[in-house]
Amino acid sequence: MPSYDTHNYDVLVIGAGGAGLRAAIEASAAGVSVGLICKSLLGKAHTVMAEGGIAAALANVDERDNWKVHFADTMRGGQYLNNWRMAELHAKEAPDRVKELEAWGALFDRTKDGLILQRNFGGHKYPRLAHVGDRTGLEMIRTLQDHGIHLGIEVHMECTITSLLMGGDRVTGAFGYEREKGRFKIFKSNAIVLATGGVGRAYKITSNSWEYTGDGMSLAYHAGAELIDMEFLQFHPTGMIWPPSVQGILVTEGVRGEGGILLNKNGERFMFSDIPELYRNQTADNEEEGWRYTQGDRNARRPPELLTRDHVARCIVRQIKEGKGSPHNGVFLDISWIKNKIPHAAEHIKKKLPSMYHQFKKLADIDITVEPMEVGPTTHYMMGGIRVDADTQMSTIPGLFAAGECAAGLHGSNRLGGNSLSDLLVFGKRAGEYAAKFSKENKGGHLNEEEIANAAINALEPFERNEGESPFQIQYDLQEMMQELVGIVRHEEELWRAVEHLKMLHDRAARVKIVGNREYNPGWHTALDLQHLLTVSEAITIAAIERKESRGAHFREDYPQKDEQSGKFNLVIKKNADGEMKLRREPIKEVRTDLQQIIEEMK
Amino acid sequence: MAIATFQILRGDASNTRVESYSIEVSEGMVVLDAVHAIQATQANDLAVRWNCKAGKCGSCSAEINGMPKLMCMTRLSDLPLDKPVLLQPMKAFPLIKDLVTDVSWNFAVKKKIKKFKPRKPDNPDGTWRMAQEDIDRVQEFRKCIECFLCQDVCHVLREHQLHDQFIGPRYLVYTAALEMHPLDVEDRLEDLKKEDGIGYCNITKCCTKVCPEDITITDNAIIPLKERVVDRFYDPLKKLFRIFRFKK
Ligand SMILES: Cc1cc2nc3c(=O)[nH]c(=O)nc-3n(C[C@H](O)[C@H](O)[C@H](O)COP(=O)(O)OP(=O)(O)OC[C@H]3O[C@@H](n4cnc5c(N)ncnc54)[C@H](O)[C@@H]3O)c2cc1C
Ligand code: SF4
Ligand code: SF4
Ligand code: FES
Repeated sequence: MPSYDTHNYDVLVIGAGGAGLRAAIEASAAGVSVGLICKSLLGKAHTVMAEGGIAAALANVDERDNWKVHFADTMRGGQYLNNWRMAELHAKEAPDRVKELEAWGALFDRTKDGLILQRNFGGHKYPRLAHVGDRTGLEMIRTLQDHGIHLGIEVHMECTITSLLMGGDRVTGAFGYEREKGRFKIFKSNAIVLATGGVGRAYKITSNSWEYTGDGMSLAYHAGAELIDMEFLQFHPTGMIWPPSVQGILVTEGVRGEGGILLNKNGERFMFSDIPELYRNQTADNEEEGWRYTQGDRNARRPPELLTRDHVARCIVRQIKEGKGSPHNGVFLDISWIKNKIPHAAEHIKKKLPSMYHQFKKLADIDITVEPMEVGPTTHYMMGGIRVDADTQMSTIPGLFAAGECAAGLHGSNRLGGNSLSDLLVFGKRAGEYAAKFSKENKGGHLNEEEIANAAINALEPFERNEGESPFQIQYDLQEMMQELVGIVRHEEELWRAVEHLKMLHDRAARVKIVGNREYNPGWHTALDLQHLLTVSEAITIAAIERKESRGAHFREDYPQKDEQSGKFNLVIKKNADGEMKLRREPIKEVRTDLQQIIEEMK
Repeated sequence: MAIATFQILRGDASNTRVESYSIEVSEGMVVLDAVHAIQATQANDLAVRWNCKAGKCGSCSAEINGMPKLMCMTRLSDLPLDKPVLLQPMKAFPLIKDLVTDVSWNFAVKKKIKKFKPRKPDNPDGTWRMAQEDIDRVQEFRKCIECFLCQDVCHVLREHQLHDQFIGPRYLVYTAALEMHPLDVEDRLEDLKKEDGIGYCNITKCCTKVCPEDITITDNAIIPLKERVVDRFYDPLKKLFRIFRFKK
């Protein structure tokens, strides 16, 4: 067997976004050796792009806030399919995790009396998002990165894991390549944390980067772990739509939090005409009240623009379908109108939303302080993912942990804005802590040579052919297909067509051709990523077929209502013995009485 | 639809060449879109770094017609397309392949800078109070997306290759953010003078000009740091330094 560059760690963390970094820091604090791997350079993971803020019931701006309200908001937002224990831990621990960032050097925007400032966001009852203008993710990842580099964590940048290695029924290592030379690397470890983020690259219009090919979910699935809630993919209501080259780039919900409103081509504020029952008591019934809410009036209720993302995205789609959309098939998002309300509005907007100002000015020639933006839904966030234990974040495979966007449970059928960054911190920490513990208690994992040899053969297989298709073309066709057939509005017949397409794409992917050699070759990398994309796309599609109702982010045109029975289970996906994807319904555990009481009280 | 031609530096450290590619351009396209189009249809193995495509991650730095820029924030409509557009990797760092350079030196430099060390918490719950005015300046520095364009343009690194004696503008900004952090109690002045080589900077301000985040690197970060160093180590010279500055 050829000798590979081999590394040994007590805990291996795959992914260096917020979740991975936080896990690595915690594992390292527990006194074990830690390796950290990422596909890009350190500090470039998706977390860097997060804009609006981190949700935590610090109660700095409104003292009525506390973990119970945050818990209830999260459960309502997820339409009660959430893992309630995760929602409880998340709401309770998020404030400490945010304060800890400050102790590591983060500088959040301040309230007048010098505390961390918090802003309004969709679905959060009180102003709850700690933020730094609209570049909160940058502040968070940089703080974790700069703290982490002094802890002796070994970082392998531009290194991609292509298979997990199993010594029997537990995970014992990972196999991958480094980009620069294309050489293989082996990581031996008794505990592995997956923190690889989401799946947005399966779609044409997305706010996600090239990294988001669902690697962690696919690696875990092929190693035998369970996935859950894969039908719930969040389409963020406001992505850029024009010019074509910027399509999908995110426009933060912070715009609406600061008073931005949605208008159709006739200038109508259409969100007022469709307010769901579950939120009626909490939503303003006139424009004036909505405005007062965004300006911190504690007696006002939120404007309908700040309803949950699933709902806002669907309302936008409906406007477009009814022919009331903007010139480029979106709607208008206007923040400039606040000049009628406050003095120095332009300065205020630039201070509160600097990167949005910059983004539109540079990429679309639009000055958001004087004119409205054109926006439409964009594929944004995966609620589903690797099924984990709420307290330890361990998957159904011993020694394999998952945290952040690639793990599932906290958000149920729809995530509230700001609840991801806090998710990364709360469960990243837990994953790191329990992975370190597991590693200490379960030494002696071994690697299997044959498995390694196979991993190498699989990774090099695309170089074997002299003829075949470009991997970029297949990826492109997959994205078009998923956008078209498994998008925001779904229909059984289309979903079955998607299944057929996926089979064909699978066959095509098995015949890709690679140009060039192994050195920093994006064609090769794309070919390997395709396997993951196809796996998660299949999981999304079959789960979408099985859930015959509309709930949260999953909307079925043929079953437009919520179904009470369907609200009682999650969908779990696992690979069966003959390699097929298998789906089953898993009843939701009854909510603990004290938590149920909180939910009832806050309805 | 208009056609544009791109001349891209291809190859690795041992062997480079310039290749020409022509593509159709559409409204609003940025340079990174063009590179992706070329990659997808004409050169599958064309190496390029990117992540956010919105100027937020600092991955896509390159030299466009000789100017250090983010490819994702450079519109084709702002370039003269009657001539070929020249795309090269950053020059201050060793080439890996095509538009990708080895920037690992930057990560090593950061590790050497003394880390954040906060004063004791103000409140029993382990927190502090800070006024917005007192953090405005540091927040400006913390906007840095680590694109390393300032490092690329600084003559001390680019022409003189003094990577082992000078940390470069990015890490002077980083040090300034730590030194001016209201909670930080660490002392980095001696390091600035010695290991970090702040003296090599002669305030040409080229770094400030290329910063995509509009951080006023020289005026707000480097000059105040220089002043602190001067105050500590060469008090008598301080006056001279100030006179020099006002003349500029
Ligand atoms: C534009 C935008 C704005 C957002 N704004 C907000 C917001 O304001 N508030 C909020 O709460 N959430 C927000 N989100 C969501 C949130 O940013 C993400 O869900 C979150 O950052 C994901 O973090 P993570 O740690 O799970 O993964 P990431 O930060 O994406 O990191 C994934 C890591 O895994 C690595 N990786 C992946 N696959 C492999 C592999 N095969 N081998 C090795 N490494 C691998 C990657 O290189 C990367 O380092 C936003 C998302 C986007 C796109
Ligand atoms: S001002 Fe100093 S750091 Fe900036 S480019 Fe000039 S010499 Fe380099
Ligand atoms: S200071 Fe500006 S130019 Fe330098 S690395 Fe940071 S963002 Fe880039
Ligand atoms: S791709 Fe992120 S800055 Fe250009």
